[in-house]
Amino acid sequence: MFTISNLTFSYNKRYGDLFHDFSLELNAGNVYGLLGKNGAGKSTLIYLMTGLLTPASGEVLMDGENVRKRLPKTMSDLFLVPEEFDLPRLTLKKYVSINAPFYPRFSMEDMQRYLDIFEMGGDLHVKLHALSMGQRKKVFMAFAFATNTRVLIMDEPTNGLDIPSKSQFRKLVTTCMSDDKMMLISTHQVRDISDILDHVTIIDQSRVLLNTGMADVTSRLAFRPLREGDQPIFVLQSPYGPLGAVPAHDGEETKVDLEMLFNATLQNPEAINQLFTTQK
Amino acid sequence: MNFKDNKAIYLQIADRIGDQILSGALIPDGKVPSVRELAAEIEVNANTVARTYDHLQQSGVIYTKRGLGYFVDPDAKEKIVTSRRNQLMQGEMDYFLGQLKAVGITPAELQQLYQDYLDK
Repeated sequence: MFTISNLTFSYNKRYGDLFHDFSLELNAGNVYGLLGKNGAGKSTLIYLMTGLLTPASGEVLMDGENVRKRLPKTMSDLFLVPEEFDLPRLTLKKYVSINAPFYPRFSMEDMQRYLDIFEMGGDLHVKLHALSMGQRKKVFMAFAFATNTRVLIMDEPTNGLDIPSKSQFRKLVTTCMSDDKMMLISTHQVRDISDILDHVTIIDQSRVLLNTGMADVTSRLAFRPLREGDQPIFVLQSPYGPLGAVPAHDGEETKVDLEMLFNATLQNPEAINQLFTTQK
Repeated sequence: MNFKDNKAIYLQIADRIGDQILSGALIPDGKVPSVRELAAEIEVNANTVARTYDHLQQSGVIYTKRGLGYFVDPDAKEKIVTSRRNQLMQGEMDYFLGQLKAVGITPAELQQLYQDYLDK
């Protein structure tokens, strides 16, 4: 669905390239978790994917079309929820009437349902600028999901959401996801989204450190208390004793601990790369 | 981190369905929620739930009727009990016995403890 090939990009040449010869493939039917440290380039990658930034070289294709052309067929099938955004001084009703026509599959019924999931009630006359940051985010996400675009990209969607809303957000993603859609969620809040991901992509300064399915992670790496003789890739001290990310043997399968996976990948990228590139 | 927290999610979901079958919330030849329904309900990725259903189907706990979805196998209860028994013997029991040994509980004491427990 998305083919990112040989991207090179910098905001300022003096500080070098943020991306250099960066390539990545994203397929329909998956919810991707895009993880990376601060400044790793997650948001920049998202802006490059949505045609908001122009690469110095290389290209991003969505369904074979360069996103930078911002063709109507691309833009009407792609929705971005940025980390921070302003909404105009309008009622929700007015906002929808102006913006929904750009999205042929927008459904008012869906939006009402998603507002309900977020417990935002059905008042379309609510003034967008009068909402709190968390409420604005929920209303905007309800609109985003209701556009029914095949591609939905969200930058830190759970930032600013209260505790019940995080669960509501997961419900929204699992309700709306289907085999012809692709969602990409960039985040630091790994605990919020771990269970809804199909695929995890960890990037760091132009490099894709890990790009694999959650099922693959489960079969290759175990996250558990350490035992004698273990050769852990990453160790974390805990009140229960040392926990670790250990190569999985003999069909051992544990719940993926995304935080540990992320730390393991950044601390020991070679070992992770070797573990995940060997044939199973 | 206890044993349950540590299990792969798709297996935790399988346990949850197993619990529902044992408690009678899901009945023999009764319909199991669709992959998407359950995914939305428990806020877990649909492919993970699909994996759970594959696993349950392979172990004969549920079966599929083309186009109609998944149903509880008539012998699901016995199969779940057997598989849980095996799991207990291989996993938790080993840990439990290790703990008994570490604090020096004798087989005779253990027998007495278990008898008292059953008599409660």
